Amino acid sequence: MNRSTAPEGPVAFFRERFGVDDRALERTLGAALERQIDAADLFFEYSTNDQVALEEGIVKSGDRHVEQGVGVRVQAGERQGYAHSDEITLESLSLAATTARAISERSAPASAVAVRAAGAPSRDLYPIATDPTDVPALQKVRLLEEIDVYARARDPRVQQVMASILTQQRHVLVADSDGTCVGDTRPLVRLNVQVIAQDASGRRREMGYQGMGGRYDLARLLDPTAWKPLVDEAVRIALLNLEAVACPAGSCDVVLGPGWPGILLHEAIGHGLEGDFNRKKTSAFSDRLGQRVAAPGVTVVDDGTLPGRRGSLNVDDEGTPSQRTVLIEDGVLVGYLQDRLNARLMGMKPTGNGRRESYEHLPMPRMTNTFMLAGRDDPAEIVRSVPRGIYAVSFGGGQVDITSGKFVFSANEAYRIESGRIGAPVKGAMLIGNGPDVLTRVSRIGSDLRLDEGVGTCGKDGQSVPVGVGLPTLRIDGLTVGGTET
Amino acid sequence: MSRALSGRDAVSRALTRALAAGAHSADASLVESDAIEARVRGDEIDFVKQSRQRVLGIRAFVAGPGGLRTALTSTSDLAGDTIDRMTDETVALARATAPDAAAGLPADGFAAEVPELGLCAEQDRHVAVEARIADARRAEAAAREVDPRISNSEGTSVDSSFHRIVYGNTTGFSGEYPSASHSLFSEPLAQEGGARQRDWWMTAARRLDALEDPASVGRRAAERALRRLGARRVPTCEVPVVFEPRVARSLLGHLATCVSGSTVYRGASYLAGRLGESVASELVTVIDDGRLPGALGSRPFDAEGQPTRRTELVARGRLESYLLDSYCARKLGLRSTGSAAGGAGGAPAPAPTNLWLEPGALSPEEIVRRTERGLLVTELIGMGFNPVTGDYSRGAAGLWIEGGRVRFPVEEITIAGQLDEMLAAIDMVGSDLEWLGSMAAPTVRVARMTVAGA
Repeated sequence: MNRSTAPEGPVAFFRERFGVDDRALERTLGAALERQIDAADLFFEYSTNDQVALEEGIVKSGDRHVEQGVGVRVQAGERQGYAHSDEITLESLSLAATTARAISERSAPASAVAVRAAGAPSRDLYPIATDPTDVPALQKVRLLEEIDVYARARDPRVQQVMASILTQQRHVLVADSDGTCVGDTRPLVRLNVQVIAQDASGRRREMGYQGMGGRYDLARLLDPTAWKPLVDEAVRIALLNLEAVACPAGSCDVVLGPGWPGILLHEAIGHGLEGDFNRKKTSAFSDRLGQRVAAPGVTVVDDGTLPGRRGSLNVDDEGTPSQRTVLIEDGVLVGYLQDRLNARLMGMKPTGNGRRESYEHLPMPRMTNTFMLAGRDDPAEIVRSVPRGIYAVSFGGGQVDITSGKFVFSANEAYRIESGRIGAPVKGAMLIGNGPDVLTRVSRIGSDLRLDEGVGTCGKDGQSVPVGVGLPTLRIDGLTVGGTET
Repeated sequence: MSRALSGRDAVSRALTRALAAGAHSADASLVESDAIEARVRGDEIDFVKQSRQRVLGIRAFVAGPGGLRTALTSTSDLAGDTIDRMTDETVALARATAPDAAAGLPADGFAAEVPELGLCAEQDRHVAVEARIADARRAEAAAREVDPRISNSEGTSVDSSFHRIVYGNTTGFSGEYPSASHSLFSEPLAQEGGARQRDWWMTAARRLDALEDPASVGRRAAERALRRLGARRVPTCEVPVVFEPRVARSLLGHLATCVSGSTVYRGASYLAGRLGESVASELVTVIDDGRLPGALGSRPFDAEGQPTRRTELVARGRLESYLLDSYCARKLGLRSTGSAAGGAGGAPAPAPTNLWLEPGALSPEEIVRRTERGLLVTELIGMGFNPVTGDYSRGAAGLWIEGGRVRFPVEEITIAGQLDEMLAAIDMVGSDLEWLGSMAAPTVRVARMTVAGA
């Protein structure tokens, strides 16, 4: 297969593959500008997604999906016109521009766009040696088979092992009517291991899952020092769940472990601070900039600039460089997450959070890597401080109602805390709270900030994007736990 | 660059090439879609979107010791040379996988005819985006006319999409059919004092003239948002829980996951090995039917070219059938139910077509009247369901019932139980069967669940 990783950059990639040169970009943007509009942009994409999956001891199938296309967007006031096509040709570009500009009825005097091809972004947060989709399938197959054998050898109660390797290489190019033209090449890799264990009686079956990934070389996942601990974790969680007792129901003090429980911030806070909801005043956080929304000591940031992380981006899908944005500083709401449209309409600056699932979608303000900065408390002491409660260390998914602020996130590894000691594991339960006040009830912040393992995917308006979260050990007083035991 | 091939040409080129590259057998599907979409807030257009898309999926099987090796690829580039290259890659990728005795094309025949199911109305093809925007404006206006407390919204979205599905395989079978879908989704906000609540209503159909009136959708959405104002928490308790049709559908969704052959043969479903046993109360009958005329889940043949049909999954509480494609059927020693879903590029897996819970005799008002103290659930959030164990815990909002009457709205609570026990504890089923998309349920009452709150 001859698919070069285009060392000369994404701009050259699209020029060579589809004949998209500066003149074609200028002509298309110029066509959009024949109407009275505020901005226009073009988004080109060429993605390869591979998956190799194992179950029942064998790799039954390999998948490859190649997606290519272009989206043309025109902004006029609050309106956006969007047309996309899976054909990247001059004809389809011109047709899309004509369609998208139809949201503005008024014509404008002719104006020319001069595209300044910046080429690749000025930094590379995810340099890799090998395009992960160029790694031979056989190498992935061998690893999955090894994982299967290893997992089954861990414990005779392991009944089923499902493992998969996902690799993605995404080339994007953004050209804006302000002259910006920038591309990005984004690798993404992920390893998933799911284990089903059955107890000796054969009556009880439970599942354990662990995954890891990021924007780095696949070689990192193929290394036994990376995948063996991951398989150990999946097996440990499945076996632990075989012993889990019913979870208590009702309000109690909750200690969240470090890392992935940061999904709390993503659901409770992050979505509510996205610019679109705040411009429309449909968020529970609308008009609350400058107000206290968390306990003193709580600082929450969104940072798209962390090297190699799943949620990181050199530039967002509108060509704006990603950045570190402080959302809550010492308990006070200080920032929103913005894309270009909402920043313009709110008189704010874009924060590099304009993201889209693919060329088929309009960008929206989205999170990148969202986490709380470390505090000063000793994590072990935080657990000891709780007379009766729940210690939750791993979570599945979550969801939020932006408007009412109510959010949930479901624990898949949790324990009772009795007299300051970690007790029996409890069955997975939903935790529910109110975004605008949950962080006001934070009473201890650990010194052990950790980021998640790189498996988060965020859904909004039907669009999925990879994200990261992080948290230090945290104590929250009075959160509702949705167990069955009253 | 070379020109894109159309429909059947692309499919047959891939199949011929696969055999030439050494495949034992292969199938291919092509989905062509043209869509318009828009969202309106108040009177203002939020966005207008137009798209055209084609995806070709190729699945190749290569003979190996004791079975076939499988690989799948898809591409949105339909140039002839790309199809050739992708097909060669598919066959090469298949050689890297393990032989599987259950893999392969269906061996028990394909759809003999392609019945006309009314999946697309010719006159709808000329629908202008302006007409759909006018629909959305009517829904927004109707919502705001309901009450002065409705003065904002997340907007009303409309879309119309037209598809052509072409499927062929190397046994010589090929078929194609057109389909369409249209929808309108309205999500207003109710505001009072500092409190904000949202809710939604929607309509979706294969034909424009089968959509609910936009103004009626807007009004229903507004009324739902208004009744949530003033919501509070309730103390933790065990009470009967009444599910509105819209949320009762989610119970059907969980059941569908657990009767899908792919979770069953992996032992990842609590219903594995339960065929013929009681899995729900006698009031529960669940049917899947892929051939209801004009319905959103209907299709003349499934993603493997097998005829769709009507399958009784649960009859008066007894588990009668799983949902199966040919692979899962072979794994379980059963026959396919024509339930392969997947579209172009996805591995076929069993999924429901049109799925519903048969209605009972009680009106929803009667079910509330017969509930002394309990919860009427109107919205669920979070994915708190574990198909391996049936453990269930989700965030909920709804209305509190006291003395057989709805008293006040509630929120920030959870409901929890175990699906096996919940389905067995269904003691009332309403007469108000309500379709939303391709799934329908009436009001359902579960005799007892844990509600966690303050």
